[in-house]
Amino acid sequence: MRKEITFTLNNEEVTVEVEPKWTLLYLLREVLGLTGTKEGCGYGECGACTVIIEGKAVNSCIYPVLEAEGKNITTIEGLSKNGELHVLQKAFIEKGAVQCGFCTPGMIMSAKALLDEKPNPTEDDIKEAIEGNLCRCTGYVMIIDAIKSVAAGR
Amino acid sequence: MRSFEYYKPNSIEEAIKIMSGLDNAKFIAGGTDVMVQLRQKKISPQHLISLRNISELRNIDTKDGLKIGSLVTHDDIDKNEYIKKYYSALTDATSRLGSKQIRNVATIGGNICNAAPSADTACPLLIFDAKAVIIGTKGEREVDLNEFFLGPGKTVLEKDEILKEFSMPRLKENTGSAYIKHTRREAMDLPILGVATRITISLDKDSQIRCRDLLCTIDSISNILMQLKDEGLKCEEARIAMGVVAPKPIRAKKAEEALAGKIISIELFEEVGEIAASEAQPRDSIRGEAWYRKEMIKVLVKRALMKSIDRIVRPDEEIYPERLW
Repeated sequence: MRKEITFTLNNEEVTVEVEPKWTLLYLLREVLGLTGTKEGCGYGECGACTVIIEGKAVNSCIYPVLEAEGKNITTIEGLSKNGELHVLQKAFIEKGAVQCGFCTPGMIMSAKALLDEKPNPTEDDIKEAIEGNLCRCTGYVMIIDAIKSVAAGR
Repeated sequence: MRSFEYYKPNSIEEAIKIMSGLDNAKFIAGGTDVMVQLRQKKISPQHLISLRNISELRNIDTKDGLKIGSLVTHDDIDKNEYIKKYYSALTDATSRLGSKQIRNVATIGGNICNAAPSADTACPLLIFDAKAVIIGTKGEREVDLNEFFLGPGKTVLEKDEILKEFSMPRLKENTGSAYIKHTRREAMDLPILGVATRITISLDKDSQIRCRDLLCTIDSISNILMQLKDEGLKCEEARIAMGVVAPKPIRAKKAEEALAGKIISIELFEEVGEIAASEAQPRDSIRGEAWYRKEMIKVLVKRALMKSIDRIVRPDEEIYPERLW
């Protein structure tokens, strides 16, 4: 049976009817059309589906949609302001931290959750924050560089 | 994936009531195991009862010993300085479980109720003599964690019972603990083997200073242990727990007995490692073969014990270089 839920998505209040069996990822991509968040493994292993819920990075592919009720959720679409990319997005482009781009939204959301909590992270903090985000092209070095450059630039 | 109803009770009583009126229902906490099992079609419940809205399951109480609510996340434990200082083995486990995303939602109660032989938090809870506090229609009961697991995926929990919290007694002075998770990679991995130890030693001020100097050298573990013998450090009490060596996480009770009351030396630690290995019945699996696991128990028991002692002698590791036990 469908249920209605209300939550804050990228600073806007959203009310939507959902099936209890949906995941948050399904709602975002298939119903709300926010396809920036990717589905990789679907089992919480790869981090391509990472979104920020109440300030914390979470795998949306294994997050029951009904738990989104009343929560504050940010997806990759919520980062740019007035058509201008977020500093992290710019840094990823400048440092060449993107190849195929599939892992990038998840990587950036994990990095944002880290920087929001710890504006000056160590390299170990950065590695820990993205340990649940798999990238099969760049080899992580540029990604870590990009996150570092934002941290240093603050 | 089959459809199911989803319930979000606000109290333990309400959750139990819903459960006792339903068939083919399952409790869900952080969901990092349940949701995966659902998606892999390993389970197909008609009803999921979420425990996330029950705030009384989210408490960490450090007044007398340690009580951790079952819905406390691994990340919450990671950030708790009291647990890190006194119940260090627990932080060793929670900080290396899954990824940041998993730790942000996965709960300690879920890790235990999933009852995997590899459950990271099980070994630390076992060495701290944790009791599982269980609430059901018939009231509250406490079960020693040692008796909580029945086998892979199986626990003593009845259908309409909820694991409320883990209760651990206060630790004696001069007690240290550690959990070593043996893996092929640092993150997102299950242990090939997990070993947790807790040790209480008799220590006077002078020997504390000499031990500290000893542990700050770059000597090998066996050299340090050989010199430690001259200090006459006595093990007052010890606990050793092992994961992935049996159908459930187990205590190495014979090894614990062999340690109690003895003067710490390399010979003793080697003997204790041998005994612990003899108490294990590991299997060959994709992560490691049985013979390898047995050999590594000997190594990891020694390392975990050294790390536990190190934490007693050098509680403030930041002053000195951290050893790679």
